[in-house]
Amino acid sequence: MILTIAARELRSLFLSPLAWSILAVTLFILAYLFLSQIEAYVSLQPRLAALEGAPGVADIVVAPLLADAAVVLLLVTPLVTMRVLSEERRNGTISLLFSAPLSMTEIVVGKYLGVVAFFLILLGLLALMPLSLLAGTELDLGKLAAGLLGLTLVVSAFAAIGVYMSSLTEQPTVAAVTTFGLLLLLWIIDWAGNRQMEEESNALAELSMLRHYEPLLKGLFNSADVAYYLLVILLFIGFSIRRLDAHRLQP
Amino acid sequence: MSNTPLVQVEHLTRYYSQTRAVNDVSFNLARGEVLGFLGPNGAGKSTSMQIITGNLAPSAGQISIDGVDLLDQPKQAKQAIGYLPEQPPVYRELTVDEYLQYCARLNRIPRSRIGAAVATAKDRCGLGDVARRLIGNLSKGYQQRAGIAQAIIHNPAVVILDEPTVGLDPIQILEIRALISELGKEHGIILSTHILPEVQATCNRVQIIHHGRLVFSDSTSGMAHRHATTSLIAVFNNAPDVDSLSQVNGVERVEPLEDGHMRIHYSDTDPAEALVEQAATQQWRLCELTPERRTLEQIFIELTCSEAPLHEDAA
Repeated sequence: MILTIAARELRSLFLSPLAWSILAVTLFILAYLFLSQIEAYVSLQPRLAALEGAPGVADIVVAPLLADAAVVLLLVTPLVTMRVLSEERRNGTISLLFSAPLSMTEIVVGKYLGVVAFFLILLGLLALMPLSLLAGTELDLGKLAAGLLGLTLVVSAFAAIGVYMSSLTEQPTVAAVTTFGLLLLLWIIDWAGNRQMEEESNALAELSMLRHYEPLLKGLFNSADVAYYLLVILLFIGFSIRRLDAHRLQP
Repeated sequence: MSNTPLVQVEHLTRYYSQTRAVNDVSFNLARGEVLGFLGPNGAGKSTSMQIITGNLAPSAGQISIDGVDLLDQPKQAKQAIGYLPEQPPVYRELTVDEYLQYCARLNRIPRSRIGAAVATAKDRCGLGDVARRLIGNLSKGYQQRAGIAQAIIHNPAVVILDEPTVGLDPIQILEIRALISELGKEHGIILSTHILPEVQATCNRVQIIHHGRLVFSDSTSGMAHRHATTSLIAVFNNAPDVDSLSQVNGVERVEPLEDGHMRIHYSDTDPAEALVEQAATQQWRLCELTPERRTLEQIFIELTCSEAPLHEDAA
């Protein structure tokens, strides 16, 4: 049942030009970044060759690419998630789901998985870029895998926040703006702490999405970082379910 | 099991912050019954329907669908409900076929029977010709029909339709009424509408809701009896005076109207026959005699225009 909702969500995304234009624009920008990283690598190569244990392609090309991809997705996620629940409420189609034998959890999780599936397609296409390097050079696949896992977690967390914001309002644009604001805040929350006392900044840094992403980009798989993203996802999915229930209780 | 009503609503109350939209409404719906839900705008019809279908939670009260409590076991109870909200819940970007398939899956129809269920629903609602068109490009009438198809696709025991004939052309309205009567044979149907003749044509029970309260509930046949004729309108070319008319057996009171029309009130025995006889012998030249029916419309207006006392009650 969850999959039925997820499949329809994904289908509806691709039936509108939005998904296609998002895919096209995002991949175009990332491809441009990818190529400029490669150029940087090529110009550095003579000096790197002289070094012992020099950073490889994975460090110089892939890690920055994935880091930039997270920022681009931060901008894009609100556009994908904004209409997930808000539009259903606005068009009254939500009552189709409410009067069907479905639980709120199934509705929210189904919608969420549909959005995540869209991002997985996007990430799959993105992953082809670094993988194409395999044709000409060696690549640290472990680092690439860790980085992609990190990006998947980051985007899944973004999507969960987006779905929640979409459950709060009937206006897709309001959902987009609030999602963007919250994502950006969670991204930069540790900046404020940087200049403060050490301890204080630690707590804020723990909340920052960026802080938990960086180790994965370096190929460092830390279960605390993964747990952070899973917690964010669970928290906001839970909020969304509660929110839909509340919609039924109090209009 | 056959004794349990399909829908049992007890003391349903719903507040929208301070406003009491639905106030202590109780009723039952049996299998094979078509219940017409009437009321002026904002009386609480749609709210009641949303509550019965689980789209809104009641502030107080109990609802059971086919013996299953809606609030305790929503999933099981909802399986027996098909609901068409005021605004048909259709996805504009899907075709009719895709949409109905999705609805079939949502209602947990086994995969092997989805094709047949979609075909039946399309057939019943006359959607065959537009099956492959995008719902967004269809006229309001067809969207409405897609909404009805969605409500009956899983063959639910209870079908709840909120103003199903809005936006349809007269022929479609007749078709939908026929469909409702047909569905009413095996299912229980709750129907809300503004169109009073529609209720008389399709429903076998009527409820009028006003300011959130159930103010009238009767079967349509019972209504015809109880609120039967109590007056006749007669037109004479050679009108007698009021006194001699009052002498006629059974006549209680005579009220002269304009243009030679007379309203003749009676209580027990219908004086029509006696009147005709008298008119013939006395040469009153009776040329028109119509029983005045108290229509649903009159009842409706009577009940819903007497605002003051109800209002005090509700406050």
